[in-house]
Parts: sequence; C-alpha cells; structure tokens
Amino acid sequence: MKGPADLGGAHGFGPVRPDADNEKFHAPWERQAFAVTVAMGAAGFWTLDGSRFARETLPHTQYYTLGYYGIWLAALERLIADAGIYDGQPEPKRVLTKDDVRTAMAKGGPTDRDGPPPRFPIGARVRVDPQNPPTHTRAPAYVRGAVGTIVRHHGAHVFPDTNAHGGGENPAPLYTVRFAAADLWGPHTTAAAVHADLFEPYLSAA
Amino acid sequence: MSSNHSPAHGHAHDDGEDHHHGHDHDHSHLSDMDIRVRALQSLLEAKGYIDPNALDELIQLYEHEVGPQNGARVVAKAWTDPAYAERLFADATTAIAELGYTGRQGEHMVALKNTPDTHNMVVCTLCSCYPWPVLGLPPTWYKSAPYRAKAVADPRGVLADFGVSLPDETYIEVYDSTAEVRYLVVPMRPDGTEGWDEAALANLVTRDAMIGTGLPALPTSP
Repeated sequence: MKGPADLGGAHGFGPVRPDADNEKFHAPWERQAFAVTVAMGAAGFWTLDGSRFARETLPHTQYYTLGYYGIWLAALERLIADAGIYDGQPEPKRVLTKDDVRTAMAKGGPTDRDGPPPRFPIGARVRVDPQNPPTHTRAPAYVRGAVGTIVRHHGAHVFPDTNAHGGGENPAPLYTVRFAAADLWGPHTTAAAVHADLFEPYLSAA
Repeated sequence: MSSNHSPAHGHAHDDGEDHHHGHDHDHSHLSDMDIRVRALQSLLEAKGYIDPNALDELIQLYEHEVGPQNGARVVAKAWTDPAYAERLFADATTAIAELGYTGRQGEHMVALKNTPDTHNMVVCTLCSCYPWPVLGLPPTWYKSAPYRAKAVADPRGVLADFGVSLPDETYIEVYDSTAEVRYLVVPMRPDGTEGWDEAALANLVTRDAMIGTGLPALPTSP
C-alpha cells in the first residue's frame, strides 16, 4: 500500500526536532500502550506484519496527529476487535508472564526461514516492480520502478506481504539493494546512495 | 504528551474523530488517551490475556535497562579489538550476541562502518524499525514524520537539523530498514583517544552517532 506511513521523500513535515530530553515515554498512558501492545503480541492473534498493517491503514488525519503511541493504541484497539476479544474469549497462544518477559525479549522473533536460494547474485542490477497494492508491502513507494544493485544477501525471510493478511510466511530471499540517490531523486538529494531491504518477489532483472 | 513534539507528530486535534467517550469534564487529549488505554488494559486483564506484572517488567526493561550504552560497548570494543571488529562487520548478530545483546528488534543485525569517505545514516521510512537490543527504544524524532520523510532524500539537511556538518566530499549513504534487518552505525574513533580503554571510549559513543545523525563526543580526558 501507499498509506500515511510511507513517508520517504515526502515534503511538508518541517525540520527534524531532536528531543530535548531522553525520556522514552512522555505520559503514563504511553508506557501502558507500549507494554500492552508488546504483551499482546505473545498471545498470537496477529503477526508483527499484521500489526504494522493495522497502523498504516489508520486514516491519514489520525496517523499524522495521534503521536507515536497513539498510533499503537488505535491499531491495538482494531486488532483486539478483529481478534474477537471484545465480544468473545478466543484462546491465546500464550499469556506473557513476568517471569517470561526477559527470556522472551532476549529471544525475540527471528524471521529467517529455510527457503529458496537467491535468484540474484551480488552485483546484479534489479528493478523494483511497479506496484501499488491496497495490502501490506515493505517496498516503499519511493523505490518502486527504480533500478538498483544487489549488495547483500540475507537468506530467506518471512514475506510480510502475505504474512500480514493470514496468507502464510512464504519465505522469500531478502536482499539489500543499493540505489544511487540520483536515480531516486534526480538532482534533489544530498545522499550518495540509499539502501532498502527488499524481498525477491518485488524485484525483476534490469 | 510533551511540548517538544513536532507539529506534524504531536497532539491530536479536537476534530471529533478521537473522542468516543462523551465525557464533559477536562476534555484534553491526554486524559482521553489515558482513558482509552486503561479501558483496554482492564478488559484484557479481566479476560486473562495480559498479566499486569509482565507489563511492569516490560516497562522496567525497556525504560530503564536496555539502552544505547549497550551499543556504545559494541562500538568501543570494535575500536579497540581488531578481531572483534572483523567479526562485527562479518556477522553483527553473532558478534553483538557475544556481549549479551540479543532478541526483539535485533534478531538480524548489520554493522555499518563509517570511514573518512563514507558516512552512514539509518532510518525506517515505513514505521519505526530500530535496533532495540543495542540502542533501546527509539527517540521520538526517529519515529516522527519529519525524520522519516527527510532522511532518505536529504540526509545533509537532517544533519544540519542536528547541528552537524560533514565535508562536501563525504558520501552519505542512507539505510532504510524496510525488513527485519536492523542497522548499527559504527562511527570513526575520534582522534586524540590513543590508549583509552573501552569504558572511556564507550562514554564518547552517543546514541545519535550510532544512528548516523550525530558524531561521537569530542574527547576531553579519559
């Protein structure tokens, strides 16, 4: 999709404002929104990709005004509703307990999987296929249609475009693709190159 | 929410969309959000989906323990131990795990080496991907629209917003964390730190230097 979250290269947001403090949270409710979201991830009603889709499909007006943890909270409310938790009692995969927290966080959720070998070698030129699906994708709009160079293999990883929508993990080769910044932005850039991590189904030989 | 949020990423407006509760007292956004999260948390606790003690533990861990001091240790070790640096740039996930930093939002790590020719900057244009085990939770600006919009096209403009200027001939390479790979920038070791030990060096390694929006602190004394 190309929703309010897909911000690369957009104008009109003003300068970056470095934080005046190092506070992680700026109100008590932000702490709780963070912790409830992370804890509910363990229940297994949705995937990480599904939770990203819930955030990026918020209305633009909300996405740009709710603040970061406001986005998390609004998305969590949707995910809870979609899981049937308001009206019913679906069975969680597990309930994160205090004793589990450190072990679970130190383990994380690796997304590398056995999967097909990469089709494109290091140094290959690839084009990001033009696309504008209404569903979840991790090919940002600013690289779609652009030609870049494969610079790193990451093995096969869970494919977010299907995993976000209950379509399974479908592991796909993941690459770091290097784009000359001028190929993305013409003369309007101060970068030399921009790299994006892109899945093989997004790419064709160029 | 504090006043240092940028206009593009700050308070919700009273546009009616966010106010479902109909309360007629202090109608502030803050209390509205507070009520919403409390309602959700109460429901999930009552139904047995979350353990309040686990929430406290998560907050303790990520608000007070995991932070950029971890990444600073990785960088300082890479500065002083060439064999470690080699392992870090070959397989960052494993090299970082040697120091005990693993897990959520750092499952697949890559270390980026700044050189006299090349400066690296990391962003997540699509959301807020950030290497939690080494840097902790991201600062507000990292998650905000201005940074996510600007970093991939105008990294020098971003550096200027941080008061940092690099030579015109320096290549600025941006990494957009669009999948589950997380990046740690390894800045150049500052001149004037010959003979310093790891702990003293780690004190120079700022969070922003490991994102690429800043440089290490200037050495004064070890």
